[in-house]
Amino acid sequence: MTTNLIDMQNSDVIMATSNMAENHPVGFQWVMKAKERGAKLIHVDPRYTRTSAAADIHLPLRSGTNIAFFGGLINYAIAKNLYFRDYVVHYTNASFLIDPAFKTPTDLDGLFTGYDPAKKVYDRSSWKYQVDGEGNPRRDNTLKDPQTVFQLLKRHYSRYTPDMIEKVCGIPKAKFEEVAQLYCSNSGPEKTGAITYALNLTQHTNGVENIRSLCMLQLLLGNVGRPGGGVVALRGHANVQGATDLELLYHELPGYLPMPLRDQHPDLKTYLERETPKGGFWVNRPKFMVSLLKAFYGDAATKDNDFGYQWLPKRASADAYSHQHMFVDMYEGKIKGFLADGQNPAVGGPNAKLTRAAMAKLDWLLVVDIFLTETAEFWKAPGINAQDIKTEVFFLPAAPAAEKDGSLTNTMRLIQWHDKAVTPPGDVHSDADFFCSLAHRLQKLYAGSKKDRDKGFLAANFTYGAKPDEPEMVEVLKEINGVATEDITDKDGKLVYRKGQPLNSFAHLTDDGKTTSGCWIYTGVTVEVDGKLVNKAAGRKPADDKDYLAHGWGFAWPANRRILYNRAAADLRGKPWSEKKKLIWWDANAPGQKPEDKGKWVGLDVPDFNAFLAPDAKNGDKPFIMRTDLVGGFFGPLNDGPFPEHYEPVESPTKNLLSKTQINPVVKIWKVPDQKNELAPVGSPDYPYVITTYRLTEHHLSGVMSRYLPMLAELHHSHFAEISHELARELGIENGEKITVLSPRGKVHVTAMVTHRIKPFTINGKTVHQIGVPWHWGWKGVDELPGSRGDITNDLSATVGDPNVYIQETKAFVCNVKKGVV
Amino acid sequence: MVRTLAMFTDTSLCIGCRACQVACKQWNELGLEVPEWTGGYQNHAHFTDKTYRLVRFIEEPGGKPNGDLAWLLMSDVCKHCAEAGCLDACPTGAIYRTEYGTVNINQDVCNGCRYCVSSCPFGVVSFNESTGTAKKCTFCNDRIHNGLGPACAKACPTESIQFGFRDELVGKAAKRVEKLKAMGFKDAQLYGADAKGFLGGLNAFFLLLAKPSTYDLPDNPRLPQRNVMVDSLLSIGSALVVGLGVLLSFRERGKGGPHA
Repeated sequence: MTTNLIDMQNSDVIMATSNMAENHPVGFQWVMKAKERGAKLIHVDPRYTRTSAAADIHLPLRSGTNIAFFGGLINYAIAKNLYFRDYVVHYTNASFLIDPAFKTPTDLDGLFTGYDPAKKVYDRSSWKYQVDGEGNPRRDNTLKDPQTVFQLLKRHYSRYTPDMIEKVCGIPKAKFEEVAQLYCSNSGPEKTGAITYALNLTQHTNGVENIRSLCMLQLLLGNVGRPGGGVVALRGHANVQGATDLELLYHELPGYLPMPLRDQHPDLKTYLERETPKGGFWVNRPKFMVSLLKAFYGDAATKDNDFGYQWLPKRASADAYSHQHMFVDMYEGKIKGFLADGQNPAVGGPNAKLTRAAMAKLDWLLVVDIFLTETAEFWKAPGINAQDIKTEVFFLPAAPAAEKDGSLTNTMRLIQWHDKAVTPPGDVHSDADFFCSLAHRLQKLYAGSKKDRDKGFLAANFTYGAKPDEPEMVEVLKEINGVATEDITDKDGKLVYRKGQPLNSFAHLTDDGKTTSGCWIYTGVTVEVDGKLVNKAAGRKPADDKDYLAHGWGFAWPANRRILYNRAAADLRGKPWSEKKKLIWWDANAPGQKPEDKGKWVGLDVPDFNAFLAPDAKNGDKPFIMRTDLVGGFFGPLNDGPFPEHYEPVESPTKNLLSKTQINPVVKIWKVPDQKNELAPVGSPDYPYVITTYRLTEHHLSGVMSRYLPMLAELHHSHFAEISHELARELGIENGEKITVLSPRGKVHVTAMVTHRIKPFTINGKTVHQIGVPWHWGWKGVDELPGSRGDITNDLSATVGDPNVYIQETKAFVCNVKKGVV
Repeated sequence: MVRTLAMFTDTSLCIGCRACQVACKQWNELGLEVPEWTGGYQNHAHFTDKTYRLVRFIEEPGGKPNGDLAWLLMSDVCKHCAEAGCLDACPTGAIYRTEYGTVNINQDVCNGCRYCVSSCPFGVVSFNESTGTAKKCTFCNDRIHNGLGPACAKACPTESIQFGFRDELVGKAAKRVEKLKAMGFKDAQLYGADAKGFLGGLNAFFLLLAKPSTYDLPDNPRLPQRNVMVDSLLSIGSALVVGLGVLLSFRERGKGGPHA
């Protein structure tokens, strides 16, 4: 998320592509505030939801056609000259020239240069800038050269016409043009627009390109880094952002450092050489990595042993240990034990039947959760004979947020502290207690080990405060923040940090072992003031007239900055693009870094880069500091192409109308034995309808925190599918009747909710029905409320993934619907 | 009496999240209730002894200013009427008006006669079989007497439910209607804001985007008691007419006409 929810009130137009009102109702207050101030709200969603109810315009599009839609908007903005030219020329790579050998899907029928059909990967050697003698990208600021990124982009998306959008997305041409005009015309110095997204864009086999396409539209319209603009990434629950930052993920270490790969990163030197770019803020990666290793391994991490780099596990391949990969391996018997902490994959994961079958192959399963979940009792699933299961299952009851101290990092990068309200009952413990205690027991077990591989784990610290198995959470936050490992002095010998003192900024991290940081972007969250530890995440000063972004409320990483890339809020010379949209600006008369200097970036937020870097200094006009070339990237780095291109979902009712390349050519489709991952062919008459899965306000994720609570569970009568009156008529289904939804993987029995809010699409002249099925239900719930229990929607979805991050495609696949329980 | 407190529910700001409904249940410790199928998201179908706040979901094709489908979302609640039918009907004095103008049921005094249930023009008051008493929203009487707003208003993320002094809220509401009308919501209207209007004004009043009956509200609510006089007169009238008819028929007979 580049912005801050509070700032959405400054938008002139908001395009919600997710169901924000239902899934982020508290954040949605700022959308309502924007509306109060006259902003228009457009809701782009296959379904009419509570967000549509609040919107000025609801624009339904067929699930799985987001890139076609955003590409259409990019084409519209360029064709109608509605883009923010100064921003595009100076703050993006639009003016950069691309290698002449590079060709786009316009020329190659849906493919980019370098596709290897046998290996299903791209040779990306032509996907690069032309460079001058000094290695700098060649540019044409007139944007006229046909090899400029801008001209290539323009040509690529010239195929995404309103007529094409109508055929592919099912959006009537006039309606598309109305929305395109409304959104794109709110661009330029005086106006900004924000776009929200959530799992609606990510859960596709082109999930990352979906998001890139909306980012590109925002760059084109000058909507990043400015008040009321932004890419509003809405996270799936209270702490997904925190889980991502601290990297409860298979492919990264805390702070977005790549998890080493076995074959590419044999030692620290190679790792840092390969992963440290020549430009941009990531040139500091060695400081972040070494400080992380110091945080992990303490005094045992020294320069001589590569700071313990060899103790880190290494990935076998890019997709290894990703969620779906793991369950395929489990099903094939390669994984023997599984610890599920606060997760319910028996309901929440894609192809949930496969997930449960995989768990039946384990030797042991340990579930740590606040309720006895379906995962903890997968052996009780309907249709399973517990006697056939050999897996030994353990369950440890966990404390929810109210029963422990800690922090949650919400969707806008805001770290917010919470104090324990009540002590957990009985033998219930927090996750932190559990993991520290487990680590201590394991350390005892391995205490005598002489093996090199065990040294790191034995050296790692799992004690925070006086009681070893009951960590003091502020101490954990302090470790994440980072401290000095020895007294640090400046060049005049003056003490800057005392040994053990928390660091104020990640700018002070070093790659020589003198600093630690468990997650560099969080540095500054705990600081020392007058010898006392101050936890900024616990700050509760609300917004006021002087500080509308509420910098005193919690701590937003990085550096308590609320709007990222905010250099882009000012023009080349450092002046706000307009008075109305001012955020930070260059004050030439402000005191400078040294007494003799003048000039500083000032304003309403923390500047996104060196506050004393003058706009006319080298790189003083480059807002996108995390990118190697310091500019916004229309030409991007993903595995499936530098520009997003529309492909159909893996399962689709239609041929790709844009090219002969039907699906993402580099998509990941796992082969699973025993017909556990069957896929429907294109246009299958057996599975003629598009299905999308989603969440409701009243339930939470796989239902663990809502199906057991009567006051929530009673708000929906029973598990249901939303279907149109048109489809209901065709199939003779009455509202409230039981129906069966089938896919090649499984079937569910649900109540038919016949509604005007779902409408069939006309795709390439043919009627295509789409249905929607929420996925909160499982076979457990409240006894007195039969409707709190229901079939598992994810039994319908497939084990297929995006080629960059391997996320599943649960937002668009195909199904059949039958009247009654069959 | 101190200044009247009120709740203003602005349905144009409601996003149907039902935080109010859940907060009400939680604060007032209202029990579990098996929902019936209502055809859509709404649960429950109507107010009960365990549901004091109820979010209504109404699909209205063509209901938006641009002619699109509207999904009208409205958080409904006891109106705490200035002329409260329940209070008038209560024979034991269990139902009383507080110093803030709200209407409460004293559970210790209620004898379970249910006159109040049938006297409410909005179907708000409900009977609880286990306590044998009538139940309804109290504006979270315990909270407002301790300086806190009602749980529902506190939980509302979009300020659709506003709690405060009635006179202030009415002024705010009137401006809001004008604004919405200018935005194309031609049927935007206040319901129960006018102290000179029906039932002497409602202390929980609403801004609606369609006519009241669309939301299952009476267009012009009246107290059932108000019908007593008219109905009585009608009954007397009917009796007179029938009696007269009978007398006349005897007269006809007595004449002994040709057809007798």
